[in-house]
Amino acid sequence: MLAKRIIPCLDVKDGMTVKGVNFTNLRQAGDPVELGKKYSDEGADELVYLDITASYEERNTFIDLVRRVAESVSIPFTVGGGIRSVSDVDKLLGNGADKVSINSAALNRPQLIDEIARQFGNQVCVVAIDARFVDGKWICHEKGGRIATCRTLFDWAHEAQERGAGEILFTSMNHDGVKNGYACDALSRLHDRLQIPVIASGGCGCAYHIAEAFVQGKADAALAASVFHFGEISIPALKQYLSLQGIPVRLEPAWHK
Amino acid sequence: MCSTVIIKYNAGNVFSVKCALKRIGAEAVVTDDAEAIRNADRVIFPGVGEASTAMAYLRTRGLDELIKSLSCPILGICIGMQLLCSHSQEGDTDCLGIFDVPVLRFDNSPNREMKIPQMGWNTISVRKGSFIPDECDQRYAYFVHSYYVPLCGYTAATADYIQPYSAALQRDNFYATQFHPEKSGRVGETILKKFMEL
Repeated sequence: MLAKRIIPCLDVKDGMTVKGVNFTNLRQAGDPVELGKKYSDEGADELVYLDITASYEERNTFIDLVRRVAESVSIPFTVGGGIRSVSDVDKLLGNGADKVSINSAALNRPQLIDEIARQFGNQVCVVAIDARFVDGKWICHEKGGRIATCRTLFDWAHEAQERGAGEILFTSMNHDGVKNGYACDALSRLHDRLQIPVIASGGCGCAYHIAEAFVQGKADAALAASVFHFGEISIPALKQYLSLQGIPVRLEPAWHK
Repeated sequence: MCSTVIIKYNAGNVFSVKCALKRIGAEAVVTDDAEAIRNADRVIFPGVGEASTAMAYLRTRGLDELIKSLSCPILGICIGMQLLCSHSQEGDTDCLGIFDVPVLRFDNSPNREMKIPQMGWNTISVRKGSFIPDECDQRYAYFVHSYYVPLCGYTAATADYIQPYSAALQRDNFYATQFHPEKSGRVGETILKKFMEL
């Protein structure tokens, strides 16, 4: 049976992992390659690396990091941050990334989704959506959540799917960093509206929240950052817990070794 | 020193396969040079991408006939496995025909909850006499695909998504996995190690 996926997310700035609270006030959380390898050994199902500086000068540092992750980690990983063109994607995949996550660039030029899907296949193209619930509407934001757009979550997610996205990574900006649970209602509506997998992001404070995202939110995967980086949730214990709740997860006999 | 060649073509994951081999202590050369492939002791035929584009690429380089003629152990991965079959519904593509079985598109019309592509970790059931070690039976491997190979006489392992299907195939010196051993953690490493010992 296909397992629900647990995805630690590593925000990378100047070669180090950081985690923001509500997209600001960055705190350090360790070496990204070491941390990724540790999560993989503990039973994470995938990893996401986001280049949150993504300035032109630091691009090569990030590509070098992607290469080192590919060399040391034996599970799939997605990279994102500052991807604007097919040639950006080509460089990242060529250095061992399995998928790319695009956000602002897709909002500005939706055809980028079509181009990536056509050239590399739908499975490569994760469309990340940062949305904030304002006056009864989920408003999509760009530039790391700084700028509101005129698009709304469900319409944009559906358009992304039609253009060839392989997955939707939905972050609720209202829930992100608050550790009070995922936006399960919106997740569940996304699931009902879409044919492609949905990754839940934003709001994880404990294992129960992840179970909620899978059961109530019907998410295919759950992404979290700080709860893993600061050891508040251990992945082996999380998987045991989810399994006891009857949620299908990948359990391996030898993780603790 | 045995030489292992990873066939280079215009589809991703070649570098990932090379890295995975390195992690188990094996070196491999990535090339589309016919001579190097012909002289290899072991060949890996990876792939993600689209079937008709990948087949066209192989044909223009004459690699289609070359792959069929190889007598060393050869491992097809994902699209690599599908291209070793007779025909793929993806792009209505005639493939290499090592495994006389078609490649079909997943049909989720009976149950829309089953998303396409299948993306993620699914359990595999290893059949008797399979090149996949018994210890991998009922363990998880990483799959990403929208097309599948039905159960057949060549099936070496099965998985279940919408219906049971072939997770791995084998015939003579040809071996293949629908999942990505290079991305399947320890289970994948066990399978790659086994292939390197065949």
